[in-house]
Amino acid sequence: MSQANNDGTASVPVIELRNVSKTFGEVRSLSEIDFKVHPGEIVGLLGDNGAGKSTLVKTVMGFHRPDSGGEVFFKGRRIDDWSVARARGLGIETVYQERALCEKQPIWRNMFMGRELRNTWGLLDVQRMRAECARLMSEHMGFTSAAVHPDNVVTTMSGGEKQGVAITRALYFDAELVILDEPTMGLSLTETKKTLDFVGNIKKAGKSAIFIDHNIFHVYPVVDRLYVLDRGKVAGVYDKSQITMDQLIERLYHVARTGSLH
Amino acid sequence: MSTETQKARRPADNRVAPPSWLRRYGSQLGIIGVGIAMWLGFVLAAPAVFTNIDIYKAFAQTTPQFGIIALALTFVVITGEIDLSFPSIMALGTAAFCLLAQASVPWPLALLGAFVVGAICGWINGTLVARLNIPSLVITIGTSFLFRGLELVLMNGTGVPLTADKYPALHAIFREPVWGMPVQTLWMIAIGVALWLLLNRSRFGAHVFLVGDNPTSARLMGIDVVRVKTRAFTLVGVIAVLAGIMTSIYGYYFWPTTGDGFLLNTIASVFLGGTSVFGGTGSIVGSFVASYIIGAINAGIVSAGINAFYTQLCFGLVIVVSVVLQTIIERRIRRQSITGR
Repeated sequence: MSQANNDGTASVPVIELRNVSKTFGEVRSLSEIDFKVHPGEIVGLLGDNGAGKSTLVKTVMGFHRPDSGGEVFFKGRRIDDWSVARARGLGIETVYQERALCEKQPIWRNMFMGRELRNTWGLLDVQRMRAECARLMSEHMGFTSAAVHPDNVVTTMSGGEKQGVAITRALYFDAELVILDEPTMGLSLTETKKTLDFVGNIKKAGKSAIFIDHNIFHVYPVVDRLYVLDRGKVAGVYDKSQITMDQLIERLYHVARTGSLH
Repeated sequence: MSTETQKARRPADNRVAPPSWLRRYGSQLGIIGVGIAMWLGFVLAAPAVFTNIDIYKAFAQTTPQFGIIALALTFVVITGEIDLSFPSIMALGTAAFCLLAQASVPWPLALLGAFVVGAICGWINGTLVARLNIPSLVITIGTSFLFRGLELVLMNGTGVPLTADKYPALHAIFREPVWGMPVQTLWMIAIGVALWLLLNRSRFGAHVFLVGDNPTSARLMGIDVVRVKTRAFTLVGVIAVLAGIMTSIYGYYFWPTTGDGFLLNTIASVFLGGTSVFGGTGSIVGSFVASYIIGAINAGIVSAGINAFYTQLCFGLVIVVSVVLQTIIERRIRRQSITGR
């Protein structure tokens, strides 16, 4: 098992944001955020609705461009032309809160969205994508029967199954850093457990993750470090060794009431 | 009876069943069915005309003139957009060819120049739509006037003869039959195969579907929505110029009004072919067959000796009936209520 970098200096962070702000019109969603994830580290992101968790995730992914003055570093290198395609190319995968599926399309198309497999002639290898998709569905999504076919359109699936597609898609590609934005939302008990097990496996494989969930009972057991966001600011950063779950809950209430941790 | 119940059996658990063949290819089979039914109707109505090869040659020459644009336009419609400016691009591109040829540029270069003009027009459309987020219905009406106006000014409203002795190569490429087959339809088949591959077997094609289905999801997964849409519009621009050249060579003359009357035929072909106006779904096969249906109505009615005033009535009937049927069949297949509620 890889060591968590409790002191934060032992290794170069996989991803680091320095002084990142994001403004939409008049609304400042993120303000002067410093944020980093070390290799092999699971970072939890907590905060109320509207605290800026999803915006932060989308900035890490390159979907949002930080306001000028903010910097994004990948493995110590400053990256100026950050984009989703770039981020995914470097091995950052995300399970978005809104799932990011194209529901009129078959499952295989969603599974390989933006990363389609091609054969030696540069044409799409539809056969292989279908087969891979069927394999992933039976191995990771628990579709035991041959009844769910990679050609089924996503609209026909249940909420949990859709989330399964989104999660499998992020995990399959052997990412360096997996971001999970409320992955357990709308999932059944067993599906939730599977997802949490998965987060644990990321760490075992020496990869990193950012884990966002409303449910602190889901977040606390699996993470190494916790960021608490409030109104677009980092209100606090904790190593898990420094804080018990009860203390954390108390502080979160305090933040919600007063906007500060102290 | 027992096989009947076997077929109708629902899956034992609550899993969704694999998509049936009908479900996957329903709309394409539908349009082929409409085509065959209409053809049988014509044969019954005027057997003398429709058992003779000449009528088929006639519409095999004229249909591709708009059909190839319908094939390209399918991409734009799948991305959830529309292009109304392609008739003007046809004319502007062909005008560019004529002006270059008159300036004694060799014809292959003049042709290349025409395609570049088409690509630029399409790129302008795509950029305005995708980058500035202007509704394509609105902006392509605008660019339609812009491109047509530019063409009329450049040509000063006059046409250019494109005779066979002056442009023998172009006539060989776009007009003379090959082994007795109308070359226009050979072009249509070649372009159809190429665009089918582009839509169904290339990354660009995959992204066309994804962008039309849900642009936000596509963007979140790293697909460059602006680039995909811009390329789709550029494709229409280039193919529109090819259609303009083909049409003008067929008529031995470039008319400054080239493209007039193409708009509705072409768009009708795309929608008749089962491509959804909402984006995300569509088929090249559908647009291909539907183009020939539209083309056959035109040629068929006149050749069958029916008063030509019936053409539009017939168009209307075929389009309305088949789009209604398609919608109903689609909902049936998806087991939704017919009225969409």
